[in-house]
Amino acid sequence: MRFAFSEEQEEIRRQVRRAIADGGGVLAARRAMLEDAATDLELWRRLTRDLGLAGLAIPEAHGGAGLGWVEIVAVIEELGASLACVPFLSSACLATAAILEAGTPAQHDALLPPMARGEATATLAWLEAGGDASPAAIETAARVAQGDHVILSGTKRHVVDGHTADLLLVTARTPDGAVALYAVPAAAAGVERRRLPTMDATRAQAEIVLSDVHVPASSRLGGGGWPPIGRALAKARIALAAEQVGGAQACLDLGVGYAKVREQFGRPIGSFQAIQHTLADMFVLVETARSSAYHAAWDGEHEPDLEITAAATAAYCAAAFYRCAADTIQVHGGIGFTWEHDAHLYFKRARAGRTLLGSMTDHRDTVARSLGLGPLGTQESR
Amino acid sequence: MDLRFSDDDERFRAEVRAWLEARLDGDFRDLRGLGGPGREHEAIEPRMAWERELGAAGWIGLGWPAPSGRGASLWRQVIFHEEYAQARAPGRFGHIGEYLLGPTIAALGTPEQKGLFLPPIARGEQMWCQGYSEPGAGSDLAGVTTRADLASGAWEIHGQKIWTSHAHLADWCFVLARTDPTERRHAGLSYLLVPMRQRGVTARPIKNLTGTAEFCEVFFDGARTAAENIVGAPGEGWKVAMATLAFERGASTLGQQIGFAGELAAIIAAVRERSADRDPEICRRVADAWIGLRVMRSYALRVLAHGEQGELPLAGLGAKLYWSTWHRRLGELAMDVLGPEAEIIAGAPYGLTPLQETFLFSRADTIYAGSSEIQKNIIARRALGLPRSS
Ligand SMILES: Cc1cc2nc3c(=O)[nH]c(=O)nc-3n(C[C@H](O)[C@H](O)[C@H](O)COP(=O)(O)OP(=O)(O)OC[C@H]3O[C@@H](n4cnc5c(N)ncnc54)[C@H](O)[C@@H]3O)c2cc1C
Repeated sequence: MRFAFSEEQEEIRRQVRRAIADGGGVLAARRAMLEDAATDLELWRRLTRDLGLAGLAIPEAHGGAGLGWVEIVAVIEELGASLACVPFLSSACLATAAILEAGTPAQHDALLPPMARGEATATLAWLEAGGDASPAAIETAARVAQGDHVILSGTKRHVVDGHTADLLLVTARTPDGAVALYAVPAAAAGVERRRLPTMDATRAQAEIVLSDVHVPASSRLGGGGWPPIGRALAKARIALAAEQVGGAQACLDLGVGYAKVREQFGRPIGSFQAIQHTLADMFVLVETARSSAYHAAWDGEHEPDLEITAAATAAYCAAAFYRCAADTIQVHGGIGFTWEHDAHLYFKRARAGRTLLGSMTDHRDTVARSLGLGPLGTQESR
Repeated sequence: MDLRFSDDDERFRAEVRAWLEARLDGDFRDLRGLGGPGREHEAIEPRMAWERELGAAGWIGLGWPAPSGRGASLWRQVIFHEEYAQARAPGRFGHIGEYLLGPTIAALGTPEQKGLFLPPIARGEQMWCQGYSEPGAGSDLAGVTTRADLASGAWEIHGQKIWTSHAHLADWCFVLARTDPTERRHAGLSYLLVPMRQRGVTARPIKNLTGTAEFCEVFFDGARTAAENIVGAPGEGWKVAMATLAFERGASTLGQQIGFAGELAAIIAAVRERSADRDPEICRRVADAWIGLRVMRSYALRVLAHGEQGELPLAGLGAKLYWSTWHRRLGELAMDVLGPEAEIIAGAPYGLTPLQETFLFSRADTIYAGSSEIQKNIIARRALGLPRSS
């Protein structure tokens, strides 16, 4: 029994923390969110070129570090604490998992090495208008065309980092009604994308319009079907949960720090029991959420039921982060309501996370279904 | 990270399981599921016999240091509790002696006290109760006024304790009493070991809101105990009393969670039976309860793993607050699942169904062993370093 990171894993975490601090921490995120790319390129360069983190979960055979989700969780918790604007979640977690889960060895060989080197990023384009997370909602069509080609048409929304990714992994419905995943270069003819303005400016979403995009039939990842996509999403949900733990801890730290120095009625507000109890509740949320995310990272690689594990931790950590972010605004009073203070950046990140990779309701319904409770609509499993 | 038990530990688990199965399919077959929170009135005599059975097989004092105990690792203690709960073995009477007093004596007692008290506790023959709370001293324990004076080789005790669990069944009580009337608050207290079955002690059960009685008010009217029946020096009682509370290392929490899982399973069965899952709100609340229990397990594993070597990590300070709040909500969910049927009790005068017991007894979870408010005060001070209030 060992519920802790190894010395090597802690070293990775320290390196990430140092890279973030050198770049200015949340200040760097503030700068990046004003740019059209919404990416802290300098930090991403350090994380990828210097630390090799883009390929953390990519097997060594494809140029990655060959590590797993425990390391992913350690890294992304730090990124979440500083709201780092880098495509780690979208590319190093979500898209990497999707390629690994759905692709053939040949496709791994073709797609993963440039991602591992940090030369290319990818993302998953799965949601459409309405944002329904169930595979039944996928309407983007994959039509068979001459010369062993496929024609994709449809509109994707809420694509995380979709306006900057080099490679889009697009879910589409084949003529027989099944779901399949296609690797589409963002530069392909007929791909039009634009950044959607978001309340949380630290993480960009895009709308991607596919107008008769021709791709070779071989760009379909593996044999198709929803299960590998579902597993990739589950893994990404665990990563997002850990990112939320980092954010929640940052909110607690902000709140505790302020409560010790802000004085009213002649004493620090942190001596008032109402403030203390709010912060104590946040503490419990942070520590339980952290335990859950770490446990899920390990379970996700060692136990069956990955999707249920992921849904459980996703629902819990999203709620915990949101509550901590909301309460840190309250603890800060007026200053917490300003644009200048960081509290709102966390609050908005927390809000976005509640619906980023499926909604909290979706996650709870997944769990309820696994307990044999319904009817809550059935997940298509083709 | 490696969240698996070692092969050796798994062998130990098999040993525990086999022993429990044999007894609970054999002579003690009627005891499965009896006793425990809210049901301490059940099958008292057979459960006392069960205590002796446990003791004879060497299961009591598993975590105590040798030679009084078996010096088992924290994980083995965890495994024992898990198997115990899994087998639905009866609620313990001996837990106060085994988990509170035993470790205190093992760590702070004299050699004579170790020889005198640990063996009978380990044999399952001596029951203990905890005499801390008083009518005027609950959360603020330093306010105890029960007095003890040393006269002709014995302590003579006057005062009243309250909410003392199992006092009416206990043979002994560890009493926090004021032995130096010139000192105030935390100073001048002593930790005395007092026999319960004597003329100067009266224990009166107090009926709680479940309609049953597990705690008592206890009157000490010139009760006596030998001068050497004191743990630590006179005036060190506060330190010893706090040490007793700190011995709770959470070994039982995973076992407790198996009990919780059983309650949740009963709720899920009730949902199905009543087709309450037509209501998506109920489904989601059940999902939340399930998620919350899973989180509880992750939290416990993480804290246990860190605490294995020494001090419990500060990160674990939220455990009591978390599980008690979760459990209270579970009881509320159970009632909402049952709808109007929730009101109908098992029988007159006040027989409760298991889910009603969960609902009602869980109101105590956030009060005893440090109320939720006190837990938050402790977190604020110790984990977050916030300044004292007022
Ligand atoms: C089922 C059960 C079994 C028990 N068994 C035992 C036992 O075996 N032995 C024993 O000694 N005791 C036992 N107790 C007593 C238990 O430890 C006390 O009930 C507990 O310490 C609270 O004390 P009190 O009841 O006097 O409430 P009070 O301390 O009067 O508290 C009343 C309310 O005020 C709040 N409050 C008090 N102080 C503060 C503060 N500083 N800040 C904020 N809020 C505060 C409390 O949280 C609570 O909500 C048991 C209690 C129960 C319910």
